[in-house]
Amino acid sequence: MAALPTDSATARRNQWLGLALVVLLAAVLPFFLSNYRVFQLTLVLAYAIVLLGLNMLTGYNGQISLGHGAFYAIGAYTAAILMDKFGVPYWLTLPAAAAVCLVAGFLFGLPALRLEGLYLALATFALGVALPQLLKYKHFEHWTGGVQGIVIIKPDAPFGLPVNADQWLYLFTLGVAALMFILGVNLLRGRIGRALVAIRDQPIAAEAMGVDISLYKALTFGVSAMYTGVGGALGAIAVQFVAPDSFTIFLSIAFLVGIVVGGLASVSGAIYGALFIQFVPNIADQISKAAPWAIYGVFLIACMFLMPGGIAQVVGGAWQRLRRKPGKSV
Amino acid sequence: MDAFIAQVLSGLVTGGIYASVALALVMIYQATHLVNFAQGELAMFCTYLAWTMLDAGFPYWAAFAATIALAFVCGVVIERVVIRPIGESSVLAVVVVFIGLLVIFNSLAGWIFTYTVKPFPSPFPAEPLFGNHYVSSHGIGAIGVTLVVLALLYAFFRFTSLGLAMRAAAQNPVSARLVGIRVGWTRALGWGLAAAVGSIAGMMVAPTVYLDPNMMAGILLYAFAAALVGGIDNPWGAVAGGFLVGVLENLLGAYVIGTELKLTVALVLIVGVLVIRPSGLFGRVTVKRV
Repeated sequence: MAALPTDSATARRNQWLGLALVVLLAAVLPFFLSNYRVFQLTLVLAYAIVLLGLNMLTGYNGQISLGHGAFYAIGAYTAAILMDKFGVPYWLTLPAAAAVCLVAGFLFGLPALRLEGLYLALATFALGVALPQLLKYKHFEHWTGGVQGIVIIKPDAPFGLPVNADQWLYLFTLGVAALMFILGVNLLRGRIGRALVAIRDQPIAAEAMGVDISLYKALTFGVSAMYTGVGGALGAIAVQFVAPDSFTIFLSIAFLVGIVVGGLASVSGAIYGALFIQFVPNIADQISKAAPWAIYGVFLIACMFLMPGGIAQVVGGAWQRLRRKPGKSV
Repeated sequence: MDAFIAQVLSGLVTGGIYASVALALVMIYQATHLVNFAQGELAMFCTYLAWTMLDAGFPYWAAFAATIALAFVCGVVIERVVIRPIGESSVLAVVVVFIGLLVIFNSLAGWIFTYTVKPFPSPFPAEPLFGNHYVSSHGIGAIGVTLVVLALLYAFFRFTSLGLAMRAAAQNPVSARLVGIRVGWTRALGWGLAAAVGSIAGMMVAPTVYLDPNMMAGILLYAFAAALVGGIDNPWGAVAGGFLVGVLENLLGAYVIGTELKLTVALVLIVGVLVIRPSGLFGRVTVKRV
């Protein structure tokens, strides 16, 4: 495994080249697909951002969240309320949603510091179950629109670009997703990423090495919620509608399915997971209304037994095998 | 004052339901130190089994007993097939498996029995007992059933050698194995008992909330709150916590915040207890060795 510096530099350059190629491919994709498919892919990108955020918290840092649908909802509602009530342009709602969710996540993360493993899962589960009711609460109805929710208008392409609204939103989301992924990768590759993994695997040793566990954990919660909120805002703009009943505990569970199936503690896993939770239910829906969830459940358990690294592990393994030159052991 | 008494009593009735689900949670926690997120859905699924038997013309108590037996088998099988192989690998893996079970039971119920809401009969007479106008006789019956279950469990753990073996296996698995207790099977037994207790709770709650695949979500949350308030390693605490939480929920709903934020109350209770006093009111404080 020990590669020479020059080797790793080329490998790195290749990686960036490959990434740029993927983004370029993704950018031309909408011009060959129907508007509905483009809309679906926009949601995939929004989910991918969410899953990256959840993976930072659960995969890398080991804090289990079963309630990330709540932060998704907060991001979505922030965007919808700003656009509907204050006429804020859609692109400005993203930093707002990010800021609101960062604070909300950090504040929820503070008491959550005292909870370990199972109990954190319990507390976040409660958050996920309770949130739709909170959104329906009659004293917030002036803002949230109660059970009816809020309808928002899809933005048109700016500067007279020759793309329709769906294609523009897709490209916009792709840009945001690329930015969030670059930020995320840099965060996880460096010192902070190592600290997160250390806290997950050996909290006591990490503390002894000078990692401020409380600060890191609460901040991870905040950053993770921030990613989720940005995804939620993009999702809301794409769907053009927010309502309490789209943000039940099952949304949070879908996110959990996404990171488990995509690959825990892997960046690319977020994309596989997002594709999975967007397209598998669509296919399974044709069998029965309940089938997508049955499949989710089976995949959750099967992944834990058969491929704990998810799709990312399988793809990564295959890639390694392809690249391996004959006669050279890795 | 009359209204207040009525609120407290109906709180006790819902509290009885929370208490029985909390009791099931405590059973599994005692045997394996895990919190079973699928408990509510398992109970819901068993209640559907009971409904199927009743629909086929079985008398109520026969269906009741058969459901408890089926639930017991179901619990043992789940422990053997899914929970045991995953072992104590990591908390995340265990939680993911529980959530997987939750989703599977929920969707299976929807798939087999459809999502339409079904009425579920009560074994107790329709007119209130003793001519009181506070509580329905189903409410009194449900509380009675909860207390009987608690007494039976207490007797089982206190006076039988199997119960003693189960307590030993939960407290110190290594030593228990050395004196010849089959620890693996006592865990499966714990799961079976928990599933059975849960199915009783399901059959007691279904007449009031009606039967549908999502009927247990809110109840499970309150049962978590109840188990935590009472101390998650203490069956008596769980039952006391259940009644306490039920009454609290009803009084807050009636006088303070209205019924719309009931689940938020559970959220606040859960986070509050976990942060302020994780061992609950009656639980033991455990010290972890580093």
